Amino acid sequence: MKIRLDQVVKTFDTFRAVHGVSLEIESGQLVALLGPSGSGKTTILRMVAGLEYADGGHIYFGDQDATDIPVRDRGVGFVFQHYALFPHMTLAENIAFGMKVSKTKRSKTEIATRVLELLRLVKLEGLGDRFPGQISGGQRQRVALARALAVDPKVLLLDEPFGALDANVRRDLRRWLREIHDELGITTLFVTHDQEEALDLADRVVILDQGRVVQEGTPAEVCREPNSAFVMRFLGDANRITATVRDGRAYIGETVMDAPSSSDGPIDIYLRPGDIDWRPDGNGIPATIVRVLDRPGGRRVLANVEGGTALEFDVPPETDVRSGQLGRLQIKRSRLYPA
Amino acid sequence: MKRNVLPGLPLSLGITLFYVALIVVLPLAALVVKAASLGPAEYWAIVSSPRAVASYRVTVLSALVATAFNLVFGLALAWVLVRYRFPGRRIIDAIVDLPFALPTAVAGIALTTLFASNGWFGALLAPFGIKVAYTPLGIMVAMCFTSLPFIVRTVQPVLEDLDPALEEAAQSLGGSDSAIFVRVILPLLIPALLAGLSLSFARSLGEFGAIIFIAGNQPMETEITALLAFIRLEEYDYQAAAAIASVLLITAFLMLAATNLLQARALRYTARS
Repeated sequence: MKIRLDQVVKTFDTFRAVHGVSLEIESGQLVALLGPSGSGKTTILRMVAGLEYADGGHIYFGDQDATDIPVRDRGVGFVFQHYALFPHMTLAENIAFGMKVSKTKRSKTEIATRVLELLRLVKLEGLGDRFPGQISGGQRQRVALARALAVDPKVLLLDEPFGALDANVRRDLRRWLREIHDELGITTLFVTHDQEEALDLADRVVILDQGRVVQEGTPAEVCREPNSAFVMRFLGDANRITATVRDGRAYIGETVMDAPSSSDGPIDIYLRPGDIDWRPDGNGIPATIVRVLDRPGGRRVLANVEGGTALEFDVPPETDVRSGQLGRLQIKRSRLYPA
Repeated sequence: MKRNVLPGLPLSLGITLFYVALIVVLPLAALVVKAASLGPAEYWAIVSSPRAVASYRVTVLSALVATAFNLVFGLALAWVLVRYRFPGRRIIDAIVDLPFALPTAVAGIALTTLFASNGWFGALLAPFGIKVAYTPLGIMVAMCFTSLPFIVRTVQPVLEDLDPALEEAAQSLGGSDSAIFVRVILPLLIPALLAGLSLSFARSLGEFGAIIFIAGNQPMETEITALLAFIRLEEYDYQAAAAIASVLLITAFLMLAATNLLQARALRYTARS
């Protein structure tokens, strides 16, 4: 089912949480709503679900205007951050709940068969008689997904689905959710504040800030062509150097860089830690190493360039760098945004 | 032995046990001893006398009705206090505790005045042939009044802690309001409701001050068991008083034991494997 948001607005008391957001989610896609806290991502998800009503604009499911359809008739599966499993019901009863209260009558055996099928899908066979209090967080989230899928939703919505879990469990569940999505082909929208999660899992990423869509695209598009300094900073570690542009050239202290598409005036140059090369001597921006952090994949170097700007970059693990050492930095890649 | 955060377990345990023994167990034991000093035949004759049996009937029936009424009304009151924000909410919240604070005799006199056939409520009900004061109905009204806070105060905190996401989840799964209430909210409230119910019922069984003013106290009709025990005391028939009181004690004990069992059953999902 294709979902379309048209100029959706939501205000809480005096706080405008969502400012006229328009979005299109193609049928069968897995889309991430990514943003810092307060960016309105959860509010948008809850409006798509019908748990909040939009103050303005429209939400379409396919060709149908779903803006005013109450949540119970909207046909969405919602997975809550803290699972919201019914604690007094067994896992099987939790999964069966939607089928039991549904207007379409199902026989007991039909429900039981479907419950077993879903327990198998979420790899929890044989645990149907347990209560939610007796299983782990990762298992609970899988039950919550099975429960949401039991009513054959047109759309699956997940609110920070892995937010409350350990890093290892998160990674496993992420891969597993992708597999389930590919198997069922259900249009899925999930909210996260974790860039890695959004980029690893989603077909498309919608980046939000202060109730507005900042950029929308595939993980490759948003990573390679961040359209603003905010996206650049939000997607990962980023260094900022201030510079001045004159006649298509950017001046960083003594160093000069080509900046053909920038107009004259102050500019911010953004660099990922991998965009910088370190040399003990030769050409480049002079820098002094302040600290070296050892990480599994390499060494992260914290250095100061002339003027006191602090930069972070990575060097291979066997590189000999020490704090206090002087050297030169060369810029391999960079993105320029007006200051 | 596991080290406790708070020091002095033997001391605090000792004080607690001593206190419970002194304040609760000792008087009850004295009551049982007194009642036991009667022979079995004599004891049976006293507790099964028609007047005593009539008092059990009116006491237990009134307490059941009052508790059932409070169960519905107390739940509704707790619901409104927790779920809605309206002017005067805090005042109503404070008023709920009033039956605890008010001397029960004062409550009894006030209720009698209101429900007497020339009182504000009584005069309104009289044309319909409904008499409250000096009838079993009056006993129920007094019991309702004094035991109302129990249900409200036991259910309120549980309702406050109920995760709103549970209801949202049930809605998103297509549950109607009534299905959500019956299948999700009510089962989670049952342990608290049972606790409130047992307290409310026990309080109604033992209520004395508020009732004797409104009941009329006609033997065989509107005489409650606690009053009968009191009358025997006034007649210096301590053994008979103790015997009648022991029936109340046993009833209350059985009822508390039963609700505890039900509560354990209702809470079995919290047991870890």
